Amino acid sequence: MVGGFIIVSLILYLALLFWIAYKIDLSKKWRKRVSGSPVIYALTLAVYCSAWTFFGSVGAASTYSIEFLTIYLGPVVAMPLLWIVYRKIIRISKAQGISSIPDFISTRYNKNSTLNKLVTILLAIGIIPYIALQITGIERGLETCISWGDKSPSDLTLFGFFDMALLVTVGLGLFLIAFSTRQLQDNSRNTGLIGAIAFESVVKLVVFIVFGIYVCYYIFSSQSEIYQLIPEEGLKLNTTNNYSQWFGMIVLSGLAFLFLPRQFEVGVFSVSNENQLKKAAWMFPLYLVLINLFVIPIAVAGNHFFSGSGMDEDTYMLALPLHHEHTWMALLVLLGGFSAASGMIIVATHAISKMFANSILIPSFIDRPFILRRFRGRHHKIPVFFRRISIFIVLLMAYFYYKLVAIEYSLISIGLVSFIAVSQFAPAILGGIFWKHGNGKGAFAGIIGGYIIWFLFLVIPTLFGGGIGEHIGFDAATIENNHGAIITTVFFWSMFVNVTLYIFISLVTKQSVLERNQAEIFVEIYRYSESVESSVVWKGKAFFPDVQSLLARFLGQQRANYELLAFTEKNNIKLDEDGELDLRVVSHVEKLLSNMIGSSSARILVSSVAKEDKISMEDVVDILEESQKLMELNKELNQTSRELKRLSEALKSTNQKLKKNDLLKDEFLYTVTHELRTPLTSIKALSELLADDDGMPDETRKEFLETILKETNRMTRLISQVLDLENFESGKHQLRISHSDINELIVYCTNTMDEIFKKKNINLSISLDDTLPVIELDYDRITQVVINLLTNASVHSDSLKGKILVETRRHNNLVVVEISDNGQGVAEGMEQAIFEKFFQADGRRLKKSKGSGLGLAISKKIIQLHEGKIWVEKSELNGAKFIFTLPFQQNNFIVA
Amino acid sequence: MSEKKILIVDDEPSIVLSLDYLMRKNGFRPFIARDGEEALAIAGKELPALVILDVMMPGMDGYEVCEKLKSDPLTSSIKIIFLSAKSGKEAIEKGMSVGADKYLTKPFNTRQIMQEVVNLLQ
Repeated sequence: MVGGFIIVSLILYLALLFWIAYKIDLSKKWRKRVSGSPVIYALTLAVYCSAWTFFGSVGAASTYSIEFLTIYLGPVVAMPLLWIVYRKIIRISKAQGISSIPDFISTRYNKNSTLNKLVTILLAIGIIPYIALQITGIERGLETCISWGDKSPSDLTLFGFFDMALLVTVGLGLFLIAFSTRQLQDNSRNTGLIGAIAFESVVKLVVFIVFGIYVCYYIFSSQSEIYQLIPEEGLKLNTTNNYSQWFGMIVLSGLAFLFLPRQFEVGVFSVSNENQLKKAAWMFPLYLVLINLFVIPIAVAGNHFFSGSGMDEDTYMLALPLHHEHTWMALLVLLGGFSAASGMIIVATHAISKMFANSILIPSFIDRPFILRRFRGRHHKIPVFFRRISIFIVLLMAYFYYKLVAIEYSLISIGLVSFIAVSQFAPAILGGIFWKHGNGKGAFAGIIGGYIIWFLFLVIPTLFGGGIGEHIGFDAATIENNHGAIITTVFFWSMFVNVTLYIFISLVTKQSVLERNQAEIFVEIYRYSESVESSVVWKGKAFFPDVQSLLARFLGQQRANYELLAFTEKNNIKLDEDGELDLRVVSHVEKLLSNMIGSSSARILVSSVAKEDKISMEDVVDILEESQKLMELNKELNQTSRELKRLSEALKSTNQKLKKNDLLKDEFLYTVTHELRTPLTSIKALSELLADDDGMPDETRKEFLETILKETNRMTRLISQVLDLENFESGKHQLRISHSDINELIVYCTNTMDEIFKKKNINLSISLDDTLPVIELDYDRITQVVINLLTNASVHSDSLKGKILVETRRHNNLVVVEISDNGQGVAEGMEQAIFEKFFQADGRRLKKSKGSGLGLAISKKIIQLHEGKIWVEKSELNGAKFIFTLPFQQNNFIVA
Repeated sequence: MSEKKILIVDDEPSIVLSLDYLMRKNGFRPFIARDGEEALAIAGKELPALVILDVMMPGMDGYEVCEKLKSDPLTSSIKIIFLSAKSGKEAIEKGMSVGADKYLTKPFNTRQIMQEVVNLLQ
């Protein structure tokens, strides 16, 4: 394939990345969309899949059998930890202004700048070869494409001078310089960079799937055709029986997934809300499944065509289309591989250079006069300047590593060596957020111990092809051949040493005061994340103008003022323009600076303007107690105000109830007088007519007199019922309790009503439960209730074929009495209202119901006094069924 | 001259009893309705000279009956006396506003109500 053509394609692809990042950074709308999106978050996590995945999985599948899957099973298993571990780390980082792994570890452990530098250097040592590996991946891809079919040694230089790998490195360096320092310049996240990475993840996935389909259905006719090749071509699909090796690999890749600097960068420091984690927990595993879907068919196909030809298995992906002279497909694969490699290079370099600048360069130079002079008036350029230098240094180191240390080994081996290096930080980080006793000395010893094992048994044999390793049976060839076993063995021993040292030394040495405070905050972050701002473990004096100008140097005057104002207002701090500053402000300024230039530099700068006093244990206790007290006071205040609110609400509702009662009373009075007026009207009119008697026929006179009598009775009944009700309500009426047989009472009542039933031709049936006990009740009052209900039933039951059913039964400790009729029943929605006085709760008034309108209200009152209940249902006879219950024993009533 | 027709509308039988007797004795021909609907039906059919109308009745109330009678050209000339237990000022004003000719309250005086009927029909 023509080199120039490839170069142009790569340049176009890079240009596309620039364009995407630029567009996103430019538009506020897009920045918002990208930074909050769970999909973008899951895609950026896929930066885990580097060139190693893209080319190396096929290579591994063709040589090492399906063990390659462990590298993906690890992250899938680690997914739930995203919510448990990452969320906690995110909270802590936000609260403490942390933006890198070394800052995270050193902030937890004593704010120790040596530890900070150590972690940075060790991480760089672990990761830079990994970056170099990606350059190798690109270079091998290019080489395979360009030299395909050539017998002569390939020429990978442009015009015989520019190395293509260098060109790619420079291109990515430029991208980083343009987009990885955005956060420093205008406080936005590196959203453009994130968007570009997500885009690269889409490219590599799509290319891999397209290529898989191409192999399965274009080169071959179906997947099954490929699988038939397996036995003869000898893909080692037989799984190893070594489960501990599988387990080790899964744990290793799970830890690497969580703690690789590039994963931390996209997974922790680029999160804008915690909900992004939830969706990623299923989206990212799905991504891994998809990208592995075609690994085995491709590997088998590769073996089929190239087995025994001495072809590097890692280049099968390119060799397959080239062999079939499908140049376009080869180019597509090359671009896919490039997207995988460049994504990793970009994020890893971004992360490492940030650490390098924040932990090493800036702290060393920040207070040097020549630097300060050089950046006079624009100090905020200092971090950007050093970040760019770091990018340059990191990429240069990776490039030279790639150039000088010939990488002889498969992509996957070097990746795993890197994984082990990175996993050495897992105990310090996990211990830091879950174990309050873990301390800096322990972390220090653990990391060093683990790294020594790693270096002795993996790096030296890899680098020097023997050396110390040879003496103990580990040379380069052994590693290459038994890589799985050796990787897991070294992983186990390095972790064993690391964890043991960490725990042991943490237990035997003491935490410093500051460390204890940080441990408390880290482990209990969910409790403190809001109050962490106001509990400052720092003692000293700082003056407003100094701190303000310090902040302004890095944020610019305007933003510095804004930040100070916002913080002081939020925390109710009074700012004295010339005077001593509240310590919370100092601490907040340190946090702001730390976000930009790392915790070590921030500390140096803050102590340069603030005179720090030595802090004693008593001070810490005081400070913690004070903030505790404040919180308690606050709680108390809240409680009191809640109480007050509750009381005033109760008062309001009582008032409303009283008002309503008043209204009800008025209405009642009105209704009573009105009800009295109707019979009175008749009586008066009829009496007048009788008085004017001039030749009134005798029958008429008799009829008039009878009506008068009836109306008088009506008035009497009404008056006595009103009085009854009034007496019940005011408590003047008391029950006269006796032990009575409710069945006997019912029989008595029905006998009393017998005449009326007969007259109305009503069929009465009675069904009584003989087992009912003798219960306590007021015989006369319950009789009143039963008679009232029977009267109602007789009035409302069917006028021609009336039926009434009376039943008693027991239910738990209750006697239940039911009186059913076959009348119209109670209208729906009126079941409550009929028990109200005159049935007129809100003006619904059915005048001329055949009774006074007080019977049910009185019945309800009586039953309530007996601690029973009364209600109405639809009866089996299709009419109304009135039910009331009486407890066997009375508790609260007053026996008269 | 034939007897003048008078429609008595009330749902209370004992009141109807007294009014019915009173009207007969004074030479009118009373008709009885127990609710609003019945009242409208009888009024439309018999075209009485005067209606004695209760206000509070189940279903359609007296005000509505009065309004309907007054708005129908066929019955609009019929005189209407409200006879109600509602004695409040508002009730009386409302009664007059829907077109009644007189508003009397219960309990009533038989002579007075006769007087009013005679006056209205002259």
